[in-house]
Amino acid sequence: MASTTTDNALQSMTVREALRAAMAEEMRRDETVFLMGEEVGEYQGAYKVSQGLLDEFGARRVIDTPITEHGFAGIGVGAAFGGLRPIVEFMTFNFAMQAIDQIINSAAKTLYMSGGQMGAPMVFRGPNGAAARVAAQHSQDYAAWYAQIPGLKVVMPYAADDAKGLLKSAIRDPNPVIFLENEILYGRSFDVPTDEDFTVPIGKARIWRKGDDVTIVSFGIGMTYALEAAEALEAEGISAEVIDLRSLRPIDYDTVLDSVRKTGRCVTVEEGWPVGAIGNHLGAVIMQHAFDYLDAPVINCTGKDVPMPYAANLEKHALITTPEVIEAVKSVTYR
Amino acid sequence: MAKRPLADARKADTQELLALYRDMLLIRRFEEKAGQLYGMGLIGGFCHLYVGQEAVVVGLEANAREGDKRITSYRDHGHMLACGMSARGVMAELTGREGGYSKGKGGSMHMFSREKDFYGGHGIVAAQVPLGAGLALADKYRGTDHVTFTYFGEGAANQGQVYETYNMASLWQLPVVFVIENNQYAMGTSITRATVAPDMVARAAAFGIKGEVVDGMDVLAVRDAGARALAHCREGNGPYLLEVKTYRYRGHSMSDPAKYRTRDEVQKIRQERDPIEALRAVLIEGDHATEQDLKAIDAEIKDIVNDSAEFARESPEPPLEELWTDITTDAEITQDRKE
Repeated sequence: MASTTTDNALQSMTVREALRAAMAEEMRRDETVFLMGEEVGEYQGAYKVSQGLLDEFGARRVIDTPITEHGFAGIGVGAAFGGLRPIVEFMTFNFAMQAIDQIINSAAKTLYMSGGQMGAPMVFRGPNGAAARVAAQHSQDYAAWYAQIPGLKVVMPYAADDAKGLLKSAIRDPNPVIFLENEILYGRSFDVPTDEDFTVPIGKARIWRKGDDVTIVSFGIGMTYALEAAEALEAEGISAEVIDLRSLRPIDYDTVLDSVRKTGRCVTVEEGWPVGAIGNHLGAVIMQHAFDYLDAPVINCTGKDVPMPYAANLEKHALITTPEVIEAVKSVTYR
Repeated sequence: MAKRPLADARKADTQELLALYRDMLLIRRFEEKAGQLYGMGLIGGFCHLYVGQEAVVVGLEANAREGDKRITSYRDHGHMLACGMSARGVMAELTGREGGYSKGKGGSMHMFSREKDFYGGHGIVAAQVPLGAGLALADKYRGTDHVTFTYFGEGAANQGQVYETYNMASLWQLPVVFVIENNQYAMGTSITRATVAPDMVARAAAFGIKGEVVDGMDVLAVRDAGARALAHCREGNGPYLLEVKTYRYRGHSMSDPAKYRTRDEVQKIRQERDPIEALRAVLIEGDHATEQDLKAIDAEIKDIVNDSAEFARESPEPPLEELWTDITTDAEITQDRKE
């Protein structure tokens, strides 16, 4: 299924394959990079992201842990203090709540607390947000939580090329990086550059569609709804510019503000809860720095303010939907 | 009651005994000075003194080698002095000055030294335990024979992550010495009020970790136990645990009401079991040193401590730019838009 075009050397890959390739390439490149987590080795990854890595790199560098998130996250941070570059995989970020003290108090703050003497060059990665029908305890989006923490970098890719390029950047980055994946996106295919030196810089947004009437800002799986909405709106004569933030810390404010100064309108789209959302923050930044350009209030499209229900019909309503994005755009464009 | 004889003082050489004495005395006098500066308002926030527990770190550091690592909780001043960090740098961090180990940004509870392999100074009770195992994992990964001392209290030993760490350290045979400084009180809660399973060696044994109880008021007993622990780890036998029975004379922190134990209890231990007095007696009675020799050491320590206090008062506060440095290692990366 892999197809390489001679012109731009692209290969169709799933997000899962892209993430795996990024880890394998970086582990070949740097002996200090290793992977640890639950079922990453012999089981070949709970979601098959690490499939084949144990065979290539051995049990020294692909470490199966017991089910003990707090403990193995802390051990990973300690190994990073000791000069290694761990990739700590959480089976999902829901389970990282057991480990959040080590992520924030130990990984994120040590560089500052030590006056720059030592820090935690490492990646915490795994699927984040809702999957399908797994209900409240397995369906939370932590984007806004981690994006709030100074000392962390936070990325949340949508497409496979960004997943690969950003994961490679994250592994090379000298800071702790939270790498938020999405189970539903794992199986989607995108064109990915074949060049092993291809990376995507952390902190730069990506403009997916140029447009004049409204700016839609999203990230991660929210991009699915943003792009679908933009397509539908185009048919109705509304030209939407769609920006994928890709990084949530640092955020590429300039790309967002430049776009909003052009379109005068902004809708944000994310799967997480509405209180303290990334969209809230963007709305405040836009108000502060581009108020005179706004022709309508910024609207935040988010997940509903409820724990994720199990029932299929309720779950559908709890999530953000493309029609909601379309409605929000029509509202800010007064259509 | 007579002073407790130290384990095997006759075997120790004079220079070593004097070094142990000097290192313990430095911690004692440093902490007393820190207490004074705290009282004068020069040190803020939480300040946890190590007075009474000096023999633990000094005894264990006696056999540490270059490349060995140490990590501990927020009661960390003694550990830093014992591994050779400068009194000036530690005291200036306590006063929140530029000359401190963390440029004033860490304070009493959060200090580090890459140079001395001191990995903190951690304010969250027991968080340092998996971190210490992680340092050991890094050493094992690289194939070195370095060992990490991971210190925590008997109070921290009730945190779940300690047992998660025991399990993995034993499973992966990590070269880590778990040192439980059992000073009998977790803040104000005595060990008997906190657990029905106070036997720390038995707890570790449940994970296949070898361990022993050590008299933490006897610096030579600690030294010898430390040597056994280090040898065990260096030979690739996995983790080792030392439950070191010690006692802190001062409060949990400087703001301790001391209602949970009697003055008599503290006085009795000070008088009968003080680790520095015990070693002093051995030095004199064993003809290792004269009163005059010890006075010279006292004077030397006093100078170091006074110098550190003076430095800590005179070192300037960190420049305001320091607010924005060391957040990430790329200085340009910040959420703040300074327009």
